[in-house]
Amino acid sequence: MTPLLTVENLEIGFGREQSVVRDVSFEVPRGETLALVGESGSGKTITCRSVLRILPRSAQVRSGRITFNGRDGVVELSKLTERQMRHVRGDAISMIFQEPMRSLSPLHRIGNQVSEVLWIHRGASEREARRDVLREFERVGFADPERVYRSYPFELSGGMRQRAMIAMAMVAKPDLLIADEPTTALDVTTQAQVLGLIKTLQKDTGMSVILVTHDLGVVANMAEHVVVMHRGRVMEKGDARPILSDPTHPYTQQLFAAAPEIPTVDEPAPEVESNDPILTMRDVNKTYRLRASVAWKPDMLARAVRGVDLALERGKTLAIVGESGSGKTTLAKIALGAEKPDPGGEVLFRPSAGGEPVVVNQMTREERTEFQKNAQMVFQDPYSSLSPRMRVQDALTEPLEIHGIGSGSERRDKAAALIEQVGLKSDMLKRFPHAFSGGQRQRLSIARALMLDPVLLVCDEPTSALDVSVQEQILSLLEEIRDRHKLSYLFISHDLAVVARIADEVAVMRAGIVVEQAPAETLFFDPRHPYTKALIAAQPEPDVNRPIDLATVARGAGAPSDWPEAFRFGEDDFPALTTMSPGHKVRQHV
Amino acid sequence: MTDRPDRFVDDAPFDPTASALDLERADLDAPGWVLVWRKFRTHKLGLISGLFIAFSYIMLPFWGFVAPYGPNERNEEYLYASPQKIRLFHEGEFIGPFIYPVTAEANLTTFQWEFVPDTDNPAPLRWFCEGTPYKLAGFIPSDTHLFCPAEGTTVFVWGSDRLGRDVFSRILYGAQLSLTVGLIGILVSFSLGIFFGSIAGYFGGGIDWVINRVIEILRSLPELPLWLALSAAVPSNWGPVAVFFIISIILGILDWPGLARSVRAKFLSLREEEYVRAAEMMGAKPGRVIGRHLLPNFASHLIASATLSIPAMILGETALSFLGLGLRAPAVSWGVMLNDAQNLASIEIYPWTALPMVPIIVVVLAFNFLGDGLRDSLDPYQD
Repeated sequence: MTPLLTVENLEIGFGREQSVVRDVSFEVPRGETLALVGESGSGKTITCRSVLRILPRSAQVRSGRITFNGRDGVVELSKLTERQMRHVRGDAISMIFQEPMRSLSPLHRIGNQVSEVLWIHRGASEREARRDVLREFERVGFADPERVYRSYPFELSGGMRQRAMIAMAMVAKPDLLIADEPTTALDVTTQAQVLGLIKTLQKDTGMSVILVTHDLGVVANMAEHVVVMHRGRVMEKGDARPILSDPTHPYTQQLFAAAPEIPTVDEPAPEVESNDPILTMRDVNKTYRLRASVAWKPDMLARAVRGVDLALERGKTLAIVGESGSGKTTLAKIALGAEKPDPGGEVLFRPSAGGEPVVVNQMTREERTEFQKNAQMVFQDPYSSLSPRMRVQDALTEPLEIHGIGSGSERRDKAAALIEQVGLKSDMLKRFPHAFSGGQRQRLSIARALMLDPVLLVCDEPTSALDVSVQEQILSLLEEIRDRHKLSYLFISHDLAVVARIADEVAVMRAGIVVEQAPAETLFFDPRHPYTKALIAAQPEPDVNRPIDLATVARGAGAPSDWPEAFRFGEDDFPALTTMSPGHKVRQHV
Repeated sequence: MTDRPDRFVDDAPFDPTASALDLERADLDAPGWVLVWRKFRTHKLGLISGLFIAFSYIMLPFWGFVAPYGPNERNEEYLYASPQKIRLFHEGEFIGPFIYPVTAEANLTTFQWEFVPDTDNPAPLRWFCEGTPYKLAGFIPSDTHLFCPAEGTTVFVWGSDRLGRDVFSRILYGAQLSLTVGLIGILVSFSLGIFFGSIAGYFGGGIDWVINRVIEILRSLPELPLWLALSAAVPSNWGPVAVFFIISIILGILDWPGLARSVRAKFLSLREEEYVRAAEMMGAKPGRVIGRHLLPNFASHLIASATLSIPAMILGETALSFLGLGLRAPAVSWGVMLNDAQNLASIEIYPWTALPMVPIIVVVLAFNFLGDGLRDSLDPYQD
């Protein structure tokens, strides 16, 4: 059978520069999924966009042929006029984008946006379109299609929006669906469900899918064929199963080695002993006041963090894992004194072993200055954490300058020493941050955090904006630095697999509450809480024989009020943490 | 290609460690202003306008040398003289720049003075000649002019006004006040705008509320009557220079709320950037955060909005002076000159009295083009 889509010798470039996509060829068979895998800058997005001819204005297709053998016979997409192309887009070939937030118009109701496809391509009447759209909404798993039809994008969560996007892409029954990192912006449980949905829809309709992703785990769960790209060229391509079980090209092997995995553990770890906690949080709550929807109603209360008791042992790493909105970042801010907990809560910090604790939420000015030297933070987004107008050297020496430590040349020497320690060269000190890649910038911000010789480092998702191979390097660097400087880490993440390698103890949060807390090995050996189980089950792993267990995900990923009886909690009352085994605590009714 | 039957494997050499220390975007490795300049360079209209404006400002101290007459030098014989053309050819023969001398004759049917050129006696212009004394750059006394008419003749390139003053010379002298009033106004408005905008944006809360309400009150006042009232309050016995300063300060005081708002909005978005939060976590005091992190990162925006508000200042001065409430004679500005052109009848008969509009339009447009160009090149970090 002829393939649905054939891309031959594609070459794309910007301006007069060297091509960013070189000599790329692949075929998409009917009814099957092809995964384009690569890191940022590999040219995978440009390649898939060139199929629909929605490239940035300055990009030119320099050579190559894209042939589509769809419902209207064989057409060469690169030769169509703009007008003919419009008939293809959204009809025979449709696309899902990465950001569900930005790919729906905020001004129009979801139903109208989805129906538009049918009005344009089918000339459907409003009533027909509505009927089809509602049916499609039901298929993508909306419980109440009518309500979704009427709502605006901001009323839906990220996962729901992505479902609406999928419905929009699917409603015209395309032959080919192009999904550009459809789940990268989603939480891992939502990602699992969205991937499952795409797979089911594909089985029902027999369409082909091009899935663009950087995650080999997603590939293993979704694709029959793989194209691995690196710097605009194809490194390895072929059927998914042989490639994933035995990668040949060194780059594919490197990607494999870097892919985070939930470890298989044979026995639980011993309890993390609490002799000398560097940071203790007692009964920490945080409530935000939100303006009510109408001026004359009382303000609403949003409870970001509820009843958290945690202790971080000196020299260890405590990881807080949870989805977006689970309160983990608020907790990090409270730990650093940037936010105050509600009255009654207490955060204690002991800068030296056995020393007098500082109450972080009631510091005097002098105590705060002292505390800032001891506790520093590594931020999530390497692209915004360094001021674009400051040279690397000024950014690194700034903390010393603020605290008036050392002379100018001492500060510069220290910056030079630290930049070498994080794996960069000291001649980079004179450069500007924008010349650096994401991973290099994250190294710079780690170096900056170390300038004051802190004892506690709060890492707020330090790797979530990075490519997998870079993520791997940054995690190794963090481990190395922790051991060398005897640091303690409070590590915030949404990804259990990332945490698995660095954390000694893990606290899983949901809706502002810690639902399960255990040493890392214990947690993976014997997860008790349905939400923890869902997080583990939803982790896509680059192993074709371990598909995502959607049933487990569905059990734990819902609202806390839908959990099994023993774990259920509502708005105000929730069960206490129960100790299952030494060091392993689960929030459940006994 | 390798020998695997089930797949394609690229066989070009691959070095897995190669990229770790490379600069990803070596082209962005430069201070912000260099990047802005690189991008601005490609904006032709903005670049030309920028050069023109730079030229206008650099020439300001030297217009006295270029102008053939002084700003208030009267030629009683030549009231409302029509523009004289500078010619090169007399009866088909090249004799260098000259004019035909004119004589005023009363037309007894229309009761107008008519200026009749004497086309038989070309009067060549003199170069680097002695003329009316003036002060170069305001303090070096000199009486050398670039060109003057021959003895006993006149050169009114753009005509003369109702007192027989040369319009061309007055436009050049007028530029000195009209162009600088904008700068002083901008200085006042920027100091106020940045100060209030940044404390409102950075501290938020009560201060923000108060500043915002003050801005709203100021913006709700009708602008023109307020200008009029304020400038009417300037004592009439003050000298032209004092009036000039007061006028520019008034323009600045009324202009800052708009700027304060945009500074505040920019602060609110910038302070969410992680580098600002990082600085706060390191213990930087508000003054440092504002001065070292926030202001440098939108200095370029400030410069662009300054270039876009100078024209408003120039127009404001013109409007006030046109209404007779801004600068007053003997000060010369474009607005003061246009004050003479208020009478529709005189514009109809002596259209050259409205000529000061031309430099106003040209300068205001140039500033707008320059500002647009700057604004387009502000974000050099985009692709």
